[in-house]
Amino acid sequence: MTAPTTPSQTVGPYLHIGLPWPDGPFAAAEGSPGGVWIRGVLTDGAGAPIGDGLVETWQADPDGRFDHPDDPRGAVARPGFRGFGRCPTDAEGRFAVYTLKPGPVPSHLGLQAPHIDVSVFARGMLNRTVTRIYFPDEPEANAADPVLGSIASEAARATLVAEPAEDGYRFDIRLQGEGETVFFNI
Amino acid sequence: MSEPLTPEAPAAPPPVLGYLRDREVHPPLDYPGYRSTALRHPRRRLKVLPHLLTEVTGPLLGEDRIGELDNDLTRQHDGEPQGQRIIVHGQVRDGDGAPVPHTLIEIWQANAGGRYRHTGDNWPSPLDPNFTGVGRTLTDDQGRYRFTTIRPGAYPWRNHDNAWRPAHIHFSLFGRAFTQRLVTQMYFPGDPLFFQDPMWNSIPDPDARERLVARFDYGSTEEEWALAYEWDIVLRGRESTVFEDEIALEDDDE
Repeated sequence: MTAPTTPSQTVGPYLHIGLPWPDGPFAAAEGSPGGVWIRGVLTDGAGAPIGDGLVETWQADPDGRFDHPDDPRGAVARPGFRGFGRCPTDAEGRFAVYTLKPGPVPSHLGLQAPHIDVSVFARGMLNRTVTRIYFPDEPEANAADPVLGSIASEAARATLVAEPAEDGYRFDIRLQGEGETVFFNI
Repeated sequence: MSEPLTPEAPAAPPPVLGYLRDREVHPPLDYPGYRSTALRHPRRRLKVLPHLLTEVTGPLLGEDRIGELDNDLTRQHDGEPQGQRIIVHGQVRDGDGAPVPHTLIEIWQANAGGRYRHTGDNWPSPLDPNFTGVGRTLTDDQGRYRFTTIRPGAYPWRNHDNAWRPAHIHFSLFGRAFTQRLVTQMYFPGDPLFFQDPMWNSIPDPDARERLVARFDYGSTEEEWALAYEWDIVLRGRESTVFEDEIALEDDDE
């Protein structure tokens, strides 16, 4: 017998008083060796920046492991690595998370390319949307990734792959319309 | 501790137990009654994501995220805030009825007059210098939580003519897995504003709407101090078996 779950409601326009943390963008401690910034802009169906949104990220460590009881392999000790990032968008829709690039993650469907799970929250969204960030410097792993491989359209797949940037990667999130990001039913 | 890492790709592990899918419980992303959804929902069909390691794990945030007075929103300033002091408490469980222990809950809300301490909230109701409206706590080992706060007021907004939000407290929960993440709102029993509220009405099943309403809890009131409300939160439960057909990746049908 399973109990019915509690429904989602929007974060509304005032999430900025409650959810941001001073260290939120730092999924890895500032200055970690190999640290990268993942920066992007969140836009709506008119291409306008969303200035009242929140982006959260969750990912494996560089060895592809999770510090969590459900990862039977256990995490490699890695001080300062949280694996979770949280960044509100600014007035221009910009967000940024500082992290370490994850390693490939095994699954029964095959080895998954390095990826980061992303939740997007905003006023006007009655539930979060979920997407994934993949990396441009992993063409072979991406080609073999079971989740990317399930998306037939090459243009749609491309919305999940970040672009190289000076201090890391660029990953824009388009909620709707031209170049709409692929979102997942999770 | 962990084994040394080897460069060879490991053998494919067995499937992990996923979480029950519950999309039908939640509001649709496209809901015309809430005008701001118009440009903020994907038009493409959501792609089913199998629950793999990234989805069944999640951040297990601890005491380091919590300050001493974070669960008492009435004691965060030199003076006491205006309004009706209330206790809001309850239990976080998963769909199998198991408590969700040691999980972070974050709340934010308007003050007694319905005004948020946010630069974007400028309607003519005063700020309270003694109320920020932000709280955090961890559930205990039985999944229980407790906040002391002020009953928030209703406030107007511009979604439709004479639109008012029912009084509510925003809740953010992590659970134990990325899949369990939930942001929602707690309402108060008998609120006369539900009928015209698109957030409330966006939940397809009327019974599910009621699950957002706290219960007045006379037994937990504190004499000559605070009224009390009890609100339990249910996060997604786990699949009891691995359903191979559900976790297989479907062909894209765009």
